[in-house]
Amino acid sequence: MIRRPVDTGDPDRLYTVTGGRSRADDAFDLVTLVVSECEPTAGMQSEHTRILDLCRHPTAVVEIAAELKLPITVVRILLGDLLAMGNITARHPRAARSIASLPDSALLQEVLHGLRHL
Amino acid sequence: MGSAISELPSQRTPLADAAETGLKIVIVGGFGVGKTTLVRSVSEIRPLNTEEVMTQAGVGVDETSGVAAKTTTTVAFDFGRISLNDRMVLYLFGAPGQKRFWFLWDRLFSGTLGAVVLVDTRRMDDSWYAIDRLEHHKTPFVVAVNRFDNDPSRHSLDEIRQALALPEHVPLIDCDARVRSSGKDVLITLVNHLYEQAKAREMTP
Repeated sequence: MIRRPVDTGDPDRLYTVTGGRSRADDAFDLVTLVVSECEPTAGMQSEHTRILDLCRHPTAVVEIAAELKLPITVVRILLGDLLAMGNITARHPRAARSIASLPDSALLQEVLHGLRHL
Repeated sequence: MGSAISELPSQRTPLADAAETGLKIVIVGGFGVGKTTLVRSVSEIRPLNTEEVMTQAGVGVDETSGVAAKTTTTVAFDFGRISLNDRMVLYLFGAPGQKRFWFLWDRLFSGTLGAVVLVDTRRMDDSWYAIDRLEHHKTPFVVAVNRFDNDPSRHSLDEIRQALALPEHVPLIDCDARVRSSGKDVLITLVNHLYEQAKAREMTP
């Protein structure tokens, strides 16, 4: 297996993309589904434009990161911007963030049902 | 749906517009054990690769050196996905079992349904560490032995259970990560196990 390294560019690029910020919005889980609420506008940061294009249909944070070839943290920062501007909505996973909140049997039954019908 | 209009440069298959719940299952195992193969065999998309970079201020990162106060940890991982129905989508993550990966566990995989430890019988040591870490993170898991070759010195599941000191209640199964139905069985075994645990929890007030 040949693993092509993810092109994160040089650190300067990441610094520019996030405007120097390194703290991400923890509200975004890897599998939070993001949906655009508006069209990209002229003059928008190119990464924001790409995210709005991608998320015309619900798209998980991790898929956005893979498509943009950017680390998860950077994508979380960009999503935080878009959320603050009201440009996206986020559908967060039910069981996320808390170790104690284990999934209930009804949810798991739905998962089982889906897997059996693959 | 199904129209071939290319509104995006890459060949992405979008999720259903009603998709609202993302779920995670993590497949952990040593290098070359077949994690990506397993993800690929069951995924509806070609596995994608991404990475996370974290700069941490020396929180027990490396006990062997007092050198760096700040360490950058980079972990790359593959993932695929399965649309379970219009509303639910399951993401499968193939994650390397090495040490630096576990520092990112909470950040990446909190809220994960459960994990599959993929075992290569020729390199069982890799699995020890993964099992230990999953127990530490209280993540429920099953163990799947990838029989991708006709290993003549084939160990029985009982022998493997002993070698891994695996408790009776942890499911242990054979699989062939290349085969879709086999990969599917591994996932069903895990979710069945989670379901039984959830049922038991719900019965005890």
